[in-house]
Amino acid sequence: MSAVMITRKVRKWEKLPGKNTFCCDGRVMMARQKGVFYLTLFLIVGTCSLFFAFECPYLALHLSPFIPVFAIVLFLFVMAMLLRTSFSDPGVLPRALQEEATFIEMEIEAANGNVPAGQRPPPRIRNVQINNQIVKLKYCYTCKIFRPPRASHCSICDNCVDRFDHHCPWVGNCVGKRNYRYFYLFTLSLSLLTIYIFTFDIVHVVMRSVDKGFLNTLKETPGTYPFKTALDGAGLCYDIESPVLVCFFTLWSVVGLTGFHTYLISLNQTTNEDIKGSWSGKNRVQNPYSHKNIFKNCCEVLCGPAYPSVLDRRGLQEDSPAPASTAAPNNSNNSSSSSPEPQAMKTTAPLIFNEHTPEDAKPSLGAPAQKSPSPKEEHPPPSKVPPLASPEPDVEASNIKDKSH
Amino acid sequence: MATEFHNLQELRHSASLANKVFIQRDYSEGTTCKFQTKFPSELESRIERTLFEDTVKTLNNYYTEAEKIGGQSYLEGCLACATAYLIFLCMETRYEKVLKKIAKYIQEQNEKVYAPRGLLITDPIERGMRVIEISIYEDRGSSGSSSGSSSVSGSTAR
Repeated sequence: MSAVMITRKVRKWEKLPGKNTFCCDGRVMMARQKGVFYLTLFLIVGTCSLFFAFECPYLALHLSPFIPVFAIVLFLFVMAMLLRTSFSDPGVLPRALQEEATFIEMEIEAANGNVPAGQRPPPRIRNVQINNQIVKLKYCYTCKIFRPPRASHCSICDNCVDRFDHHCPWVGNCVGKRNYRYFYLFTLSLSLLTIYIFTFDIVHVVMRSVDKGFLNTLKETPGTYPFKTALDGAGLCYDIESPVLVCFFTLWSVVGLTGFHTYLISLNQTTNEDIKGSWSGKNRVQNPYSHKNIFKNCCEVLCGPAYPSVLDRRGLQEDSPAPASTAAPNNSNNSSSSSPEPQAMKTTAPLIFNEHTPEDAKPSLGAPAQKSPSPKEEHPPPSKVPPLASPEPDVEASNIKDKSH
Repeated sequence: MATEFHNLQELRHSASLANKVFIQRDYSEGTTCKFQTKFPSELESRIERTLFEDTVKTLNNYYTEAEKIGGQSYLEGCLACATAYLIFLCMETRYEKVLKKIAKYIQEQNEKVYAPRGLLITDPIERGMRVIEISIYEDRGSSGSSSGSSSVSGSTAR
């Protein structure tokens, strides 16, 4: 009796492990929780619409038509950078296929030698020397790889990301090697846009009040309505201090974040490294990736090559059902053998103890959106695991037995 | 002696996969893409050391060229930024151009050097730029192949 396997071609993104969502047939890649991203979009588009609708006509007439034109250009640039950050692959490292995972396991076993039964095996760490600095490469139990330097596993997206900076809920995606410059340009241009809009808000209010008297001006400018209602709720009086107050809170978060990332770029550090204090200077530990020159560091991060995505999202592969025992043992074609492996890995992955620490996925503490103070951690990692570097021995032993053949 | 295959097609049809060797990344110079040139013991009977090292060194040179930070990359970066990166929708980046060259080079090496020796190199981009995967094939026809290394990696201490 021959089993008939109906194979059809599917795009690779449909079979990718991890907790990403894909749109436009794999062209767009985001995290699962997109609510805060929609909020960001709403705040930016909403505020700019109010500005264009209520204040630009007056400013164009009484000051210069270039003011709204420049605002439009800036707004379009902000939107382009936001969408580019949110929709692109941050630098996700694909998980190891079965043979590669087995090969690495064999190497680890060989390096560890014989571990007496009942004793925990040593942590899976590889030491690498980079620019006279010892860097430890940790093993990722989910992805079954030794993470490259500066890579980290994001527990929200369940992927290892190269040059992991942080997971930003405001853009609905991780920020990593491939989209860090877009993220930075987004915060920078958003700061400029915020400053620009609020400066001209104040100019507009001042100009009108010079014409008519101040309290009447506030009544007549609908663009300041949201501020008035918010401040009413807060019980504050809205006189000349209120635009400055709102301005202060918004700018503090957005401009502060831009300043923080400028500082990180000049030192060639990631947010993740900064939070963990990897290169804080204790024990004479220095950042081996820094060129010791601010200009060179900035150039590398902002003007470096545009790295391609190593996740082939739109490639085609065969869609075979769950691997039966007849999964071709003599399969000599490597490129189409990827379909059984992710399935096999999915069944073994839950048995492996996740080794990453909760700090790996700290969301951005700054708030690049407007009118809201920076939130505390909105998306705590789903599983708070203690930072153990090695798994339970029974689990590891059973997995090795599964794989050896 | 190593089993002889005349071309890639013959390899795929008449051979069976015996083993795979993974050449790891060399991080000694930082995060730039570079592979170790250490000759794996599993390939000792299959291919000459110099040929293997040449292949890996050429690949490393290609990757260095792709990731070079210099005049051209600055120009590309600034031009792209000025157009809000929309230019990447129509233009191919330098890295992508070099990746195409690498794919062609690997195809050529497979046809000329590796397939006749029963080996096959997989483009690192298909493995996330983490490893160069070299598949070792055995001739299905021959029963007692002297170069048979059907046991998994010889480095296990068992």
